[in-house]
Amino acid sequence: MRLNLAKYLMIAGMALGLAACATKGELGQDAAGVVGNGINAQPGTLAEFQQVIGDSVLFETNQTEVNESGKALLRKQYAWLVQYNVTAIQIEGHADERGTRQYNIALGARRAASIKKYMTSIGFTGTIGTLSYGKERPISLCDNISCWSQNRRAVTSVVSK
Amino acid sequence: MIRSISKLLVLCAFIVSMATAAAALVEVKIDQGNVDPLVLAIENFSGNNGKEAGLGQNVAAIVINDLRNSGLFAPLNQNIFLETSRPANQKPNFANWRPTGAKALVTGRIVMQSNGNIAAELRLWDVLSEQQIVGLQYSAQPRNWRKLAHQISDTIYERLTGEKGYFDSRIAYISETGPKDRRVKRLAVMDQDGFNNKFLTAGNDIVLSPRFSPKRQEVTYISYASGQPRVMLINVDTGQRELVGNFPGMSFAPRFSPDGNKVVMSLQNGANANLYLMDLRNKNMQQLTKGSALDTSASFSPDGRAIVFESDRDGKQLLYIMNTDGSNVRRVSFGGGSYSTPVWSPRGDLIAFTKLVGGQFLIGVMKVDGSGERILAGGYHNEGPTWSPNGRVLMFFRETRGANGGPSIWSVDITGRNERQLKINGFASDPAWSPLGQ
Repeated sequence: MRLNLAKYLMIAGMALGLAACATKGELGQDAAGVVGNGINAQPGTLAEFQQVIGDSVLFETNQTEVNESGKALLRKQYAWLVQYNVTAIQIEGHADERGTRQYNIALGARRAASIKKYMTSIGFTGTIGTLSYGKERPISLCDNISCWSQNRRAVTSVVSK
Repeated sequence: MIRSISKLLVLCAFIVSMATAAAALVEVKIDQGNVDPLVLAIENFSGNNGKEAGLGQNVAAIVINDLRNSGLFAPLNQNIFLETSRPANQKPNFANWRPTGAKALVTGRIVMQSNGNIAAELRLWDVLSEQQIVGLQYSAQPRNWRKLAHQISDTIYERLTGEKGYFDSRIAYISETGPKDRRVKRLAVMDQDGFNNKFLTAGNDIVLSPRFSPKRQEVTYISYASGQPRVMLINVDTGQRELVGNFPGMSFAPRFSPDGNKVVMSLQNGANANLYLMDLRNKNMQQLTKGSALDTSASFSPDGRAIVFESDRDGKQLLYIMNTDGSNVRRVSFGGGSYSTPVWSPRGDLIAFTKLVGGQFLIGVMKVDGSGERILAGGYHNEGPTWSPNGRVLMFFRETRGANGGPSIWSVDITGRNERQLKINGFASDPAWSPLGQ
């Protein structure tokens, strides 16, 4: 049921995106232009959370502590979650491919736990679930540091409002 | 007697053997990194009709492939044989075999039995002494003909090296298909030579790290089917699955105890991963490690008295050994870099591991006191060794770089020789070797 809600939100986001798209055609550069780079990023949508706020905190190699830019991002996430009355989130921890499989699962979990701890410390009172995919779900696929740094991440997703 | 080879092999593996130092007619010199494979001739097994003869040819091909892949034998090309057939029950004419350079000769016969089973008769000959050194008959249901051939390979290997073979065994592994960011992973089993592949899961969920039961046709692994990674058990014959304990968080990195009755695993609790032991018979859980570290990749000693595992408790991934009740923890890895995925040898004398150093992932072995470290395979990314049932060969997986890169399964002898890739369709990772005969 948690997934269903998330799915619903995503579909709602897509529908809004489509609507915006259709509107944009009619109104030219007018109102739709205000959205700027995000026809998919209507306020309050998952798309906005992912693309405008940013859902991923990055980590240094083998590190699990949230750095200052990560904390800044989490504060933005927190403000958005509060604004839209989000009561449950899930944090997915990930590791880069330069580690062994089991350890990376534990490492990703520790990253997710770090995010949970910080979100709680700045006042998020909703439910925070954590999960780790280790190195099993990279988003950046090259074999150098520019990609590995993108893959060492913890992703916040909205579970329910 | 063809026995001194066994002594050398065994010295190589740091094992004290009971091998008798009999006068040697056939000898394989095995040093660290320098082995002269034993030259032997393997005839096609004969038959009284086309069906039997055809099977006899296939059986011989498997035996040739097994023994050649071991790196310890050099089967001759059959084209140079001077003698290709002889009346039943007649000894080979060894004058025809000595010029080929073969030190040993394998002959055999296939007979279709009245009950539908196939029977294979194996004879192993010492070419120089002109003596039969093995005469054995095997039988099997027709669908198990490959297994029968592997058993013949094991007999020859054991008789000529003095050590148990490993050919009649299987590999559980993870088959990987699709793009790197959306890899489909399926649990699969195959014979150790890559044949008889069978998929056990459909690919809907991420599955990882299979480990064979030492006693039963079972594999423990982890699945993300429920959302969280959880330890599972599957019967490889029936496909029946069950969850091993319904824990609130992640459970991962399972491995059986030597008696097959318990599974050691990591449970994640917030930022920490600790090791637990579950008794599969009554589901009792015993916590083995405590504290704020990431403890994982546990592996039992073959006598069931100790567990080797990896932990970052001292700041990076290192190897530790403890008693099975969690007491008497001591560090065993002291070299540079970090150490991961320890696996205790079935002989009890060595621990294989993945070593991370200088941006490379290496496969190595060390003695159980941490001394005598040797690197057996290197490169960009090698990971996850698993032991052959006789403790002479390691399999592991090797990842190639980049967006289109992926893993494949390789094997290497514990002397660091004879590195070879297992032929499998698509990508494959996380190999786990079964016990002999399983």
